[in-house]
Amino acid sequence: MRSLKVILSAAVALAIAGCASQQMAPRAAPEAARPDVRLGKPIAVADLAAWDIDIRTSDGRGLPAGRGSVAEGKQIYDAKCLACHGPDAKGGAVYGSMVGGIGSFKTNTRVLTPGSMYPYAPILFDYIRRAMPMDSPQSLNANEVYALSGYILNLNGLVPGDAVMDANSLPKVMMPNRDGFILDDRPDTKAVRCMQNCK
Amino acid sequence: MARTVAESGAPRAVAEPTSMPASGDRRRFLRKGMALAGGAAATGAGLAQAAPLAIPVSNRGYGKPIDETDYGMPSKFEAGVKRRRTDVFKNRQNFSDWSMTPLADQHGTVTPNGLIYERHHNGTPDIDPAKHRLVIHGMVKQPLEFTMDDLMRYPSVSRFHFMECSGNGLTDWLKAASKTVQQTHGLLSAGQWTGIPVSWLLDEAGLAPGAKWAIFEGADGSGHFRSLPIEKLMDDCMLVYALNGEMLRPENGYPLRLFVPGWEGNVSVKWLRRIKVGDEPWYARGETARYTDPMPDGKWRKFSFDMECKSVITRPSGGMNIQAGHNEIQGFAWSGKGRITAVDVTTDGGRTWQEAVLEGPVLEKSLTRFRYRWNWNGQPATIASRAVDSTGYVQPSVQEIAKVRAIVGFVQHHNGIFPWSINAAGEVKNAIA
Repeated sequence: MRSLKVILSAAVALAIAGCASQQMAPRAAPEAARPDVRLGKPIAVADLAAWDIDIRTSDGRGLPAGRGSVAEGKQIYDAKCLACHGPDAKGGAVYGSMVGGIGSFKTNTRVLTPGSMYPYAPILFDYIRRAMPMDSPQSLNANEVYALSGYILNLNGLVPGDAVMDANSLPKVMMPNRDGFILDDRPDTKAVRCMQNCK
Repeated sequence: MARTVAESGAPRAVAEPTSMPASGDRRRFLRKGMALAGGAAATGAGLAQAAPLAIPVSNRGYGKPIDETDYGMPSKFEAGVKRRRTDVFKNRQNFSDWSMTPLADQHGTVTPNGLIYERHHNGTPDIDPAKHRLVIHGMVKQPLEFTMDDLMRYPSVSRFHFMECSGNGLTDWLKAASKTVQQTHGLLSAGQWTGIPVSWLLDEAGLAPGAKWAIFEGADGSGHFRSLPIEKLMDDCMLVYALNGEMLRPENGYPLRLFVPGWEGNVSVKWLRRIKVGDEPWYARGETARYTDPMPDGKWRKFSFDMECKSVITRPSGGMNIQAGHNEIQGFAWSGKGRITAVDVTTDGGRTWQEAVLEGPVLEKSLTRFRYRWNWNGQPATIASRAVDSTGYVQPSVQEIAKVRAIVGFVQHHNGIFPWSINAAGEVKNAIA
C-alpha cells in the first residue's frame, strides 16, 4: 500500500511538473520545428569548382592536379613571401620563423612552425592557397602552391632538395607531430566549492 | 514546482541580496561602517555639506535638434569606452589581430554592437549582401545555394548567448601582464543573436548517410574554416545575420556568420559563404597549428571546443581606485556547458568565500551578472570570484589547471579564478600569479 501511495504521489508530482513545463514551453516550441519552406536553389557541383578549395589534410583529398619543385618554391618564396617571413623562412619583418622547432615540444619553449606542428603536410597546400600571400590570397596557381609547400618542407628537413610535390607525394610526407594530438578530455579539473578555511 | 521554476531560468535572481548582513548582524555591520566613516577613510562623503546649486547651462537654451536621419552615438563624455587591442605586446600587423571589449564599462548582460570583441585572421571584408551567397554541398543529397534574401525569408530565431575567444586571458596565466579587466578578459561579449537554426538548412539539403562533420568557411581574405561535428550543428547552432536588434556589424561577420553557442569564438565562422559536409574532420591549420592546447609530454589537445565555466570581477578591477566603506563587487559569470548556478566571492584572498547574488535572467550559455555588497575596511585585500555551472563544475584556480595542462607559450582556454589585489591606498591591481 505504502509503495503504491509513493508511486501515486510521484505520478501526481510528475503531472504537475508536466503542466508547469507545458505552460512555459509554447514560446520555445516553434524554434525547434523546421518550417515547411525550401528556399535553397539547387547548384551543380561543377558550378562550385572555384569555391571548392578545401583539402582534407589527413589524406590529401581535394588536392588538385599540378606539381612544383623545392627549387621553384624558393624562387616564388623569395619573390612573394620573403618580405614578411624573411630569408629562408627564418623570420622577417612581420612574422617569426617557419623553420625548426621539431623536438621542442617536451621543453618549456615550444617552437611552433609548419615543420614542428602540422600533423599532415597537405595543411601547407590548403593554407597557402587560401590565405597567402596575405595581401593577395588565392592568387597562386596549384603549381606554385605545391612548389612553396615543398620548399617549406625542405627547409624543415622533411623532404630532400630535389623533391617534387604533387597530389600523390605531398600526403606521403611524414610529419613529426602526426601523433601529437589528443582528443578533448575535459573537464580535467575537479575543483571543490570550499567556503571556509580554504587555505 | 520550485525546481521547475528554477530550471526555467530564474534561480535566486529575484531574491534580495544575500550578502547584506541579515537582521542580527545588521547592527554590527552598521556600527562598523560608522566607525570607518568617523576615521580617516573617505566613507563620510555623505556628511559634508553640498554647495549651493546654479541652473545648469543645459536648462538654459536649445538642445541639439533632431536630424532628418541619423544613427545615435554615445555621449562624447563616454569617449574612453572603446575596444582596445592588446597592450601587453605589439603585433607587427593588425590584420590577424584582436581587440577587446571594455567589460568594466558594460552594464547589464548585452554588449553594445560597437564594442563586441574582434578577432580576425585577415581583417574585415566589405561584403555586399545582395552579392553574397551561401552554399551547402559535400555529403548532402542536394547541393544548395542561398541568397541573403532567401535566408531572411525563413522564420527567425533569437537567442541570448555569450561569445568568448579561446585565447581570452592568454597573456595572464602565471604572471600579471595586463592592467585592466578589458585586457585580461575582454575577448568576451554577449548579446541577442538572430538567425535560423543550422539544422533547418542541413535538413533541406539532406544529410547523406555517414555524414559526421562539416566545415564552415568564411569569405574573408584568410578563408578561415573549421570542422565541426554534425551532432552539435544539429543541436543548437545558428546561421546569424543580426545581433542586438540590427544587422551584424562588418567586423562581426556581416552579412552572415555561424554562431556556435558555448564553444570557442573562432568556430563561429564569420562572413560565412560555404558549408561542406563530410565524414571526418579536415584538420585545417586553424585546428592543428592553432586553436589546440599544449598538454604534458609534448602533446596537444585538439577540438577543445567548450568554453568551460568561468567568472571575473569587473568592479572593482585592475586600474581602478576604490574608497573604504561600501563597494558593490560586480562581475560576470558564464559557462559554455549550461547555466550558472552560483558565484562565490572571496575578499580575503581565498580563505573564505560567500555566495553572491545572481541577477536574472540566468540563461543557458549566457552572460550572468553577479553582485556582492562589500564593506571594505581599508586594509589590503585580495578579491576574486568563482562560478559553478549546472553540470556541477566548479571554476578552478590556475594552479589546479596547471597541474593537468602545460602552461607554456600562448595557451588557450584560461578559465582560472582571477584575483585582484587592493592596497591600503585603494589601488586595484591584477594579482594573478
